Amino acid sequence: MSVIQVNGLSKHFGALKAVDQLDFSVTEGEVFGFLGQNGSGKSTTIRMLLSLIHPTSGSIELFGKPLNKYRDEILEEVGAIIERPDLYPYLTAKEHLQLFAKLRNKHVGENSIQDTLVKVGLADRSKDKVQTFSLGMKQRLGIAIALLHNPSLIILDEPTNGLDPQGISDIRNLIKQLAQQEGKTVLVSSHLLSEIEQMATQIMIIHKGKKVADGPIQKLLDPNKMIVHIKTTNDAQTLQIILSGSFSNYLLQRTDGIYLRLPDYEIPLLNASLVNAGVGLIGVETRNSLEDYFLQVTSNTIA
Amino acid sequence: MKAIISIELYKIFRRPRTYIAFGAIAALIMVIQLGLKMDGHSYASFLMKDINDTLTVDGKVLNGYLICYILLQLLLVHVPLLVALIAADMISGEANLGTLRLLFTTPYSRTQLVMGKFIAASIYTIVLLIWLAFLALFVSMWIFGTDDLFLLKSNYVVLIQEKDVLWRYVGAFVFASFALLTVTSLGFLMSSIANNSIGPIVGTMSAIVFFTILSTLNIPLFAAIKPYLFTTHMNNWKEFFDIKVNENNEAIYGTILNVAKIKTSIIVLTLHIILFVTASVIITKRKDILS
Amino acid sequence: MKKIIKYSIAFLLVIICNTVHAQVDPLIEKVSQKLALVNDYVAEGIMKTDVSFIKASLGKVKVYFKKPNLLKVKKEGGISLLPKGGVSVTINSLLNTKQYIALPAGTQEYKGKTLRVIKLVPTDEKLDWVISTLWIDPSDALVYKTFTTTKENGSYEITMEYGEFANLGLPSKIIFAFNTKDYKLPNGITLEFGDEDAAAKQKALKNKKGTIEITYRNYVINKGVPNNMF
Repeated sequence: MSVIQVNGLSKHFGALKAVDQLDFSVTEGEVFGFLGQNGSGKSTTIRMLLSLIHPTSGSIELFGKPLNKYRDEILEEVGAIIERPDLYPYLTAKEHLQLFAKLRNKHVGENSIQDTLVKVGLADRSKDKVQTFSLGMKQRLGIAIALLHNPSLIILDEPTNGLDPQGISDIRNLIKQLAQQEGKTVLVSSHLLSEIEQMATQIMIIHKGKKVADGPIQKLLDPNKMIVHIKTTNDAQTLQIILSGSFSNYLLQRTDGIYLRLPDYEIPLLNASLVNAGVGLIGVETRNSLEDYFLQVTSNTIA
Repeated sequence: MKAIISIELYKIFRRPRTYIAFGAIAALIMVIQLGLKMDGHSYASFLMKDINDTLTVDGKVLNGYLICYILLQLLLVHVPLLVALIAADMISGEANLGTLRLLFTTPYSRTQLVMGKFIAASIYTIVLLIWLAFLALFVSMWIFGTDDLFLLKSNYVVLIQEKDVLWRYVGAFVFASFALLTVTSLGFLMSSIANNSIGPIVGTMSAIVFFTILSTLNIPLFAAIKPYLFTTHMNNWKEFFDIKVNENNEAIYGTILNVAKIKTSIIVLTLHIILFVTASVIITKRKDILS
Repeated sequence: MKKIIKYSIAFLLVIICNTVHAQVDPLIEKVSQKLALVNDYVAEGIMKTDVSFIKASLGKVKVYFKKPNLLKVKKEGGISLLPKGGVSVTINSLLNTKQYIALPAGTQEYKGKTLRVIKLVPTDEKLDWVISTLWIDPSDALVYKTFTTTKENGSYEITMEYGEFANLGLPSKIIFAFNTKDYKLPNGITLEFGDEDAAAKQKALKNKKGTIEITYRNYVINKGVPNNMF
C-alpha cells in the first residue's frame, strides 16, 4: 500500500518554482531516502507533506486519504522532525515530551515517555532544560518528539545533523529497526549520502524542484555500469582519444577529472586504447557509490 | 481544545518573561501607594485647592477607594503595553523559536491551535488584571482604609457613598477586561503576521499610542472616526464612577449616569476583539509556515 | 479743612455707636434669651449638598453645639462638605459673643411674615465676621434669615425653618447659601481627554451659588457635649 502518494506537486513562491510537478510514492515499510542539494526543494516538499505549506498545484495522499481533507486524522499517524531541532529553551526534555503527548489523541503515558527518552539516549538528561543541550542532544529530543506517539509514518529531515559518529550510527540503526522490526514507514532526507546508502531501500533525488531520479537503490546503482575515474599523464590527449572514439557516450561532465560511466567489460578496452595511443596511465579507479550517482544526476548528465 | 489551552498556559507561565508584567505592576503600585502614604495630603490639597476655597471637606478623602481610582487612571494606560508583551509573542514568538512548525504538525487544525493560543493569552490577561485589582483595590483598602469616594474630575466632583463603591469597581474591572482583551487580540493579530516578536510588540504599542492620540485630540477631522476606535472606548470604565442626580441635584444611590455609554463601549470593544481574532485565524490558516 | 471734617464724622460715629450699644435692641435681647436656654445640643439630621459642580447624595449628620459658639457637623461615616467658615456663623455664634452693635434696618416681608431687619456690627476685631443682617419675626423672636459677611471666607446666607423646637430657637431646617468659585482641574491631572462636551459643561457650571441644607430630625438638649467633639 502507498503510504505517501504525490502527484503533480508544485509550489511557486512568486516567480520561483521551488517544487515543479513532483510525482512519487512511498510504500509501507520502506525507508525512503530523499536527496537533493541545498535549495533543491526537499524541505518545501516535506513541509507540503506535513501541511505546513499550501501547494500551488498537485495532490498529496497519505495513507490513501487526501491530505487537504483528512489532515487532522492523518497527522495523528505522522511523526516528523523538520530541519533543525527548534525547541522551548525554558522547558526540560521530559516536559517537552509531556507537552507534545497532550497534543496527541492517542494516549501517551509516562512509561512511553520514559521509553522514548531511553530510545534516543536522553534518559539521564530528562530533567535538564533544553537551553543546556548541545545540538546533537536537541536533535535526539526532536526525534523523540517525532516517535513519541508511535506513528506509522515518520518523516525525518536531516536527522543526523549535529550528531557524533556514534550518534549517527545509533540513529541509522534506529531507523532500520523502525522499518524492519516495527513495520514503520520512514522518509529520510539527508546530505550524508553514505548514511542514506546504508539505510534507504528506495531513494528520490530532486534538483531545482524537479525529480531527476527515483527508484530502489540497488537498481539505480547498477553494478553493470561502473563509474571509472582515469588519471593519466596527459588529460587533454586522453579526452581527445575518448571523444573521437566509441567511448564518447560514456563520458561524464565533471570538472574534477576524467570520469566515464561504462559497463565493466569496456574498461579493459578503454585501457588498451589509451596505452596504444601512448598515454601514460597513472591509475584507473572504479566507483559505484550513491554520491557518484547523485553528483552525476544533479550535474545534468544522462544516466 | 482544552489540551491546547492547558499547554499554552503552561508555556506562558513557565517563561520568566511572563512574570515581568506581574513584577512591574506590583512595583508601580507599591511605589505609588508608598508615595501617597508618605505625602498624599499634599497631593490631595493640590487637587482640592479650588474646592477648599469655598468648602471644608471633612472625612478620609485619601482612602483606599480613591487610591485605587488614581492607580487605575495611571496604570490602565500602561498595562496594555505589558499585555502586548505576551499577546504579541504568542504566534510570532514560536515562529522565531522554530517551534511553530512542531505545533502545526500535530493533529489539531490551525483554527483550533490559534483559538487555543488566544484563549490562553486572554486568561493570562485576566489573571494580570486580577493581580492589578488585588493590589490596587484590596491592598489600598488595607493600607488607607475606606470611606466615601470623593472623585475630582476635570469639571466636577462626584461624592459616592462608601457602600455604593465596591460594586462599581467590580463593574470597572469587568469593563477593563474587555479593554485589555482588545489589546490582547490586537497583539495577537500582529503576532500572526510576523515571524519575530519585536515587530508585533512594537507594532501593538505604536497602534495603541497612535489611536489614543486620535481619540483624545479634539480635531473635527477625526470626529467621524473616533466613535469606531477602540482606544476611544477603553477608558470608559470611569463611567462606573459617575452618578445620576435628581431634579434637586441629589446624587441617586446605586446609579450610573451614562449606562448606554458603557454598553456601547463594550459592544465596540467586543466587535474589535472578534474582528482581530478572526483576522488572525484567517491569516494563520492561509500562511505558509516557513520558519 | 478736609481733615477737620473727617475727624468730626468719626467722632460722631463713635458717639452714635456708644449710644446705640448702650441701648440693646429688645428684640435681639429676646432672641438671645431664648438661645441662652440651650447650653449644648446634639442634633441628628440629613444633609443635602447642592453645589453645581458637586454630585453628592443625602447624608446623615450629627450636629454638635456647645455654648458660646462651638459647632461641629459630623457626617456619620463618610465625607462631608461644608461651607468654609459658614457653619460657624450661626445665630448662636453671632449673638453669644455679645460683642456687637445692633442697628435696626426696617422691616421686610418674607414668606408671608413681616420680619424686622437688624444689622449687627462686631465690636471685637478678633471676630471673623464683618457685618451680619438678621431677619427676625418679632412675634416669636425667631431668626428666619441671616446674611453674614466674613473676613476671609466670603458671604453666607442662612435661612431657617422652625418646628417643634421653635421655643428654644432651634431650627428644624437650616440652609447655608454661598457663592462658589469656579472648579477646574487640568486634563493632564485627571487624565480625562477627548471630552468634546467639556467646554459646554464648564460654561454651565460657572458662577453659581451653592447651598448646603440640614434637616434636623431630633435634638438632645443640655445633656452635655465633651469639648473633644470639636
